[in-house]
Amino acid sequence: MTTITESYVREASRAARIDWSPYLVGAGIGLLSWIAFAVFGDPLGVTTAYSRIASLFAVPVVGPEAVAQNSYWKSMPLKWDYGVWFLVGIPLGAFLSAVISGTWRLELVPDVWKERFGPSVAKRFVAAFLGGVVIMYGARLAGGCTSGHGISGGLQLAVSSWLFLAVMFATGLAVSALMFRAR
Amino acid sequence: MTAMMTILGPVLMGAAFGFLLQRGKVTSCNVIENQFRLRDFTVLKVMGTAIVVGGIGVLLLVDTGNTKYYVKDANMLAVALGAALFGVGMVVYGYCPGTALGAIAAGSVHALVGALGMIAGAILYALSFDWLKAHVLNVGALGKVRLPDVTNIPDIVWFAALAVGAGLFFWWVESTEARQKRG
Repeated sequence: MTTITESYVREASRAARIDWSPYLVGAGIGLLSWIAFAVFGDPLGVTTAYSRIASLFAVPVVGPEAVAQNSYWKSMPLKWDYGVWFLVGIPLGAFLSAVISGTWRLELVPDVWKERFGPSVAKRFVAAFLGGVVIMYGARLAGGCTSGHGISGGLQLAVSSWLFLAVMFATGLAVSALMFRAR
Repeated sequence: MTAMMTILGPVLMGAAFGFLLQRGKVTSCNVIENQFRLRDFTVLKVMGTAIVVGGIGVLLLVDTGNTKYYVKDANMLAVALGAALFGVGMVVYGYCPGTALGAIAAGSVHALVGALGMIAGAILYALSFDWLKAHVLNVGALGKVRLPDVTNIPDIVWFAALAVGAGLFFWWVESTEARQKRG
């Protein structure tokens, strides 16, 4: 019985774990952009909706009055619009893909980080948190992220987005070289 | 029908996006870190293909009157500073905002910790918005400009150059990777 189950599981995961070419995935995202533009009039993006949701978390931190009076959130109040529902969809699709492809697994410390900074979970969590703070502050200041600027803006040949792509990659390369430099 | 378009539509779009991101392996922190270390070009392959395929389609959609451009403001100082912070954050965090949401659903706990950091970052941005608006956001504000506008080079030439450039670059990457695999 066990052997049957095991062989079945192995068979299934092998069949399902067909690696998708990154070009195919990129073309799929490009195609998704056509639909986003033509059907919904709302290009793919993440962080605008993210900051709408953040106002919800800001209420217990800075108080409801400060949130209500904040000029940024006045221009971007919490509402269940296209972008927020799009945000809800992302984890659903990724979960589905991870389960089908047999790649779902708990990850506390990623391999590249472990090789360089060791297995400490606390250290990785602190870095992830701080990195999260910086990336979102940067995304809001720039007006978009890898999706909104990088892909949606890049494909529109927007000046802002190509500046974003160039500076983001250049900085990332420099920081990565410093962070992962050989000891 | 309207409810379906306003909720189910964006949720399905997000799910398709999340599915593609996970299938394209860009929800892996290792893949993103190794892009900035120039050891894995998956991120550029996905983004490059998405920009070329998406851009040519959207150009046709705009030309046939089926959509319009949604270009972000080119506030040059803010975009440059934001993109620099974004690059730092992306290497430290190991994700960008969209891929992080996918990674959380695929079992990455440190991505979830970083997502809390992203909420903190969004709150910090909202709190500093008035100061930024007075001192940063209007510096070098060019408006919603596109590369064809500022260079007088037509869209089709930009995309031809992008497609050829990306094609040559990816051909070089693929042949290098094939050689490394053999050697």
